[in-house]
Amino acid sequence: MKKEQLLKIMEEVRPDIDFGKENRLVDDGVIDSFDIISIVGMIDSQYGIEIGVDDLMPDNFNSVEALYALITGIQHK
Amino acid sequence: MKINILQYLEEDAERFPDKTALADETCKLTYAEYMKRAQNVGAYLLANVTGGRINQPIAVLIDRNVDTVIAFMGILYSGNFYVPIEPSMPGERIRLILDRLAPVAVLDAGNHNGVYKESVRTADIMCGNEPDREALLAVRERIVDTDPLNVIFTSGSTGEPKGVLKSHRAVIAMAEVFANTFAFDHNQVFGNQSPFDFDVSAKDIYNALRNGARLEILPKKLFLFPKLLIGYLYERQIDTLVWAVSALRIIADFKALDRARMPALRYVMFSGEAMPVRALNYWIAHVPDARYVNLYAPTEVTFNCTYFEINGYWPEDKSLPIGKAFANYRVFLRDDEGKIIDECHKRGEICVGGTGLATGYWNRQEDTDRVFIQNPSVSEYGSKVYATGDLAYYDENDDFVFVSRKDYQIKHMGHRIELGEIEAALALVPFVEAACCLYDEKAEKIICFYQSANDNVKELVNELGKRIPKYMWPGQYICYDRLPLNKNGKIDREHLRKEHGL
Repeated sequence: MKKEQLLKIMEEVRPDIDFGKENRLVDDGVIDSFDIISIVGMIDSQYGIEIGVDDLMPDNFNSVEALYALITGIQHK
Repeated sequence: MKINILQYLEEDAERFPDKTALADETCKLTYAEYMKRAQNVGAYLLANVTGGRINQPIAVLIDRNVDTVIAFMGILYSGNFYVPIEPSMPGERIRLILDRLAPVAVLDAGNHNGVYKESVRTADIMCGNEPDREALLAVRERIVDTDPLNVIFTSGSTGEPKGVLKSHRAVIAMAEVFANTFAFDHNQVFGNQSPFDFDVSAKDIYNALRNGARLEILPKKLFLFPKLLIGYLYERQIDTLVWAVSALRIIADFKALDRARMPALRYVMFSGEAMPVRALNYWIAHVPDARYVNLYAPTEVTFNCTYFEINGYWPEDKSLPIGKAFANYRVFLRDDEGKIIDECHKRGEICVGGTGLATGYWNRQEDTDRVFIQNPSVSEYGSKVYATGDLAYYDENDDFVFVSRKDYQIKHMGHRIELGEIEAALALVPFVEAACCLYDEKAEKIICFYQSANDNVKELVNELGKRIPKYMWPGQYICYDRLPLNKNGKIDREHLRKEHGL
């Protein structure tokens, strides 16, 4: 999965957010629980990458970069 | 005899003055402090705002904190009723509600300076010295139990939110029924998930109050991260969940209980939408000792009118019933001609009667009369029932089984949404020529079909975001050069349904 593909998923879930600029998505309450569930669900259904409950932590969702780093980690396991 | 909900608070403060009554992430209050702060707020309102006028609306800009509950009780102490407002809602929607409500004051339970200019911060008025208890008592004596306790605003089909008004009596009656039905006691710890502008949260506030139990207000952020949530429930020894189905599902979907244990949990109660059986069985497998109860009621009915207790795993191919009526509720089905249905498996509209009914809609007598109707089987005296607009049938055990809504109202992630309200907001977007919304039940997604020369979804969402809260936003947008019309010249929803396999 490429970073552009992740960005596309996130933009589809929340077309109103400029994800390139945000790095406190969770801390500032920009995204909510339904957004996270949608994003995690789409990453799984479109790319077969499962994000488990242990990785479902605030720091991993604060920015596109953080989430991409998590996904890369899962893919290389 | 209970006439006023505050009698519970006063009894609790007498019985358990030093027991923790209310807690949020950073703050803990005993029953004695809870009562005193609420009295301070009441005394302030009495002296500075209401001057002894009773039964006036006072809005509260809510937060996930103890101050919100203090504000509610303080308003009741002043002899008036509270109206929770979620400050993160679009400004346009807040303005609509406040215009319709015309509150005599707005209390700010958090730090929402920008939302409403003349709001008074609860934190600034709750910590005075000794409140003027005699003045508060004098107001109390003028309140009867059918006076309003609160107004909760829900989605309305015309695009304007509707306020549902409840009385002290309805809430007292249901707190008694719940305590008896489920054997609640003062050792209980309620973990509040529901936002305070939702009807469900009244169950947490008033069941805790009725029983002298503890109310833990769970931080919203926890619901993004199931592992943190479970850790918090464990730390705070929470044993009772009265949650939206969607919140319980988050834990089941992420299998967050696989490696966690929740031995303290005694009650898992849920409502808001149909509970997927797989998620329910996941919970039962991991927390087998809790009591699981499916609850049903629209906002127009205080707490709930039917319940179904689940004993052991539920078969995957069988709908989970909403069960039988609570004591002191009359629940029945009527067919299209208004005749009462007795036989099994025949569908009809759920009608509800009893003390727990809401009083009606705020400042909307016509809407009230349309759905709070005369009981069709009584003609000799006045007897109101609420026609819910929900369809159900009796199964072979005489349990009610919910089928669907009669109209365009949907349940999406636990929220009650009138698709008409989204459509009304779409109609105000300058570059949208026509639009309608359909609900994809399988994908749990609201789909917006719109006609426009501009297919910029980002712009469209930004426009919608000014008028409707995020939980109403469609999950998918489909742009048409021309939307199909039926022979009446209206958007052909059936055609769209077929075209997209809905």
